[in-house]
Amino acid sequence: MFARILAIATKEVRQLRRDRLTFGMIVGIPLIQMLLFGYAINFDVRGLSAGVVDEARTSLSRALVADLAATGILRIDGYSSSVDELRRRMRTGEIAIGIYIPADFERRRLDGDRPVAQLLVDGSEPIVESIARGFTAMPLAARPGIYSPRRSVLEVRTEYNPERRTAVQIVPALIGVILSMTMMMFTAVAIVRERERGNLELLITTPASSFELMAGKLIPYVFIGLIQTTLVLALGAALFHVPLNGNLGALYAAASLFIAATLALGLLASTIAQTQMQAFQMSFFLLLPSILLSGFVFPFDGMPPVAQWIAQLLPLTHFIDLVRGIVLRGATLMELRVPAEKLLVFLAVVFLAVTLRFHKRLD
Amino acid sequence: MNAVARPSAQPAISARGLTRRFGKLLAVDHVDLDIPRAQIYGFLGPNGSGKSTTIRMLCGLLRPTSGECLVLGHPVPAAAELLRHKVGYMTQRFSLWEDLTVAENLDFLARIFGLSRQQRTERIRQRLDEYRLADRVAQRAGTLSGGQKQRLALAAATLHEPELLLLDEPTSAVDPQSRRDFWESLFQLVSRGTTILVSTHYMDEAERCHGLAILDRGKLVAEGPPRRLMDEIDAIVLEIEAGDIRRARHALDGQTFVRSVAQLGTRLHALLEPGLADAEARVTALLKQANVDARIERVRASLEDVFVAATGFNSDRATPGASADADGR
Repeated sequence: MFARILAIATKEVRQLRRDRLTFGMIVGIPLIQMLLFGYAINFDVRGLSAGVVDEARTSLSRALVADLAATGILRIDGYSSSVDELRRRMRTGEIAIGIYIPADFERRRLDGDRPVAQLLVDGSEPIVESIARGFTAMPLAARPGIYSPRRSVLEVRTEYNPERRTAVQIVPALIGVILSMTMMMFTAVAIVRERERGNLELLITTPASSFELMAGKLIPYVFIGLIQTTLVLALGAALFHVPLNGNLGALYAAASLFIAATLALGLLASTIAQTQMQAFQMSFFLLLPSILLSGFVFPFDGMPPVAQWIAQLLPLTHFIDLVRGIVLRGATLMELRVPAEKLLVFLAVVFLAVTLRFHKRLD
Repeated sequence: MNAVARPSAQPAISARGLTRRFGKLLAVDHVDLDIPRAQIYGFLGPNGSGKSTTIRMLCGLLRPTSGECLVLGHPVPAAAELLRHKVGYMTQRFSLWEDLTVAENLDFLARIFGLSRQQRTERIRQRLDEYRLADRVAQRAGTLSGGQKQRLALAAATLHEPELLLLDEPTSAVDPQSRRDFWESLFQLVSRGTTILVSTHYMDEAERCHGLAILDRGKLVAEGPPRRLMDEIDAIVLEIEAGDIRRARHALDGQTFVRSVAQLGTRLHALLEPGLADAEARVTALLKQANVDARIERVRASLEDVFVAATGFNSDRATPGASADADGR
């Protein structure tokens, strides 16, 4: 049995080595995704363009605008004469935030009860909205006469990522996203390609069993996945100073488990699809919910129950639990037993389904 | 050495009422087969006659809708896995890996068939010599010529020394010289005791088989050694040499006792109703009436005549490749 699995794995590696494009993807996809996500995805938003309507035109109102600009989050991009004009500029996408200082600014200030000015926020962009809301809680520099520094009830201490850098949060989980992308594609086409090229009809008349065929196709890609993992980690450390707080062996163990699960899922798609195109579409169909629901972008706990159930069925959810735990929180595999076990169960169920679904027949 | 004189008690393949449906299409319709061992047995038929479907059922790739089938004494598809070691299958389309070299392809299949290291090196060397591929070992299979691919596929299908070889239109993409070589190899295999079932739509290939089954729209319409089929044809075969061949043909078309007319160069080849009295005289009269000078001769039936007679004289339907030279580009 092992001799046959080895024979199939050897064949896969030989074919892969000759397939320049796929080989390029192994290195290219992590590299490009890493740079894209690492540099472009940034939740510490800076320099949002803002328009200003200052109806008060007092020295204090100008001081308020200057203070807002000084946070660096806003970049003042021109003054308008009316709120209507602000709205129009927002509609065209020129500005993301409007600052409206009403004519009775000075009186409001003295009243002390009412807010002194208004922020108009473009609610069509998810992150901008929450950033702008942050302003209401933002302690602006104390300026006697305008506002007094308020005392916070709670003080926040950010563990594992004291500088609150987005790259630190993104990069470890990015290992999972990149693996989902490449691994599923590799195996999703693995069987369909052989079917399209006519190899399958020969292969299924050999004594190799479904299990041997599937295992032989899966194993080489586990190693390729581990190479990609290493690549992302190394790039993360070099470019974004992402630390590795946990045990490297534990990380590779978790990654192997996840890679095998994703590959098995790809094989399953491959046994269903009739053409390479369909196999690609199927893996894409799974990729989007994986990215959205796994906790890669949006916190898992905040999702409605139905979404959480779906997310439980996606291997990426559990891997992100594992990888953030190991890389950032320095947790051991024993401490992360629960997601590890879920991945293991997922792998077993899917691989079983693959072996059952793959008939050595043409009908 | 004498292949025919080695009749085994048990036929290599025996099938009763083998039937396969694809939805509404009846691809194979109650086919009975008894294929003796150590012979080349041919399936002759046009595309879509059920040749490939039958072969695929025999090697367990498709399940029969109904009917029973024993291959080398084992029931199929129940014992399909057991038969993998005893049966070699060559698909219609080249199905080895084009991005692997000749040696890598053979090595892979030898491993899959569980040959020991020593057996592997020995067999592969043997096959490479036998099928004249020794100088191509490092070449990718995809860059081989049609004939070389065919030889490689045969080498691969015989690596595990199968008792039964199923070949599905093995020579459809090969030049005449390569086809001749290929058939020489088949006879060599048969002389060593291998049973070969080969499907073809070439008459010259069909004629070389020990036994032949003519398939038409899923039905087995004629069966027997090619010679016997030709001798016992159910039609009178005339050859007509005429000055104005088109007019001669026109005169014969539409006559009820004329089953089929085909033109061969400057001659007409006509199949007439069997048992027709004074066949030559009636045709002569017909042609005279049409004012055509003609010489008429009763000839032996060719395998193509057998084929045309067996498939119901449907002259408007595509008949398989008329003969070797008609196809030899």
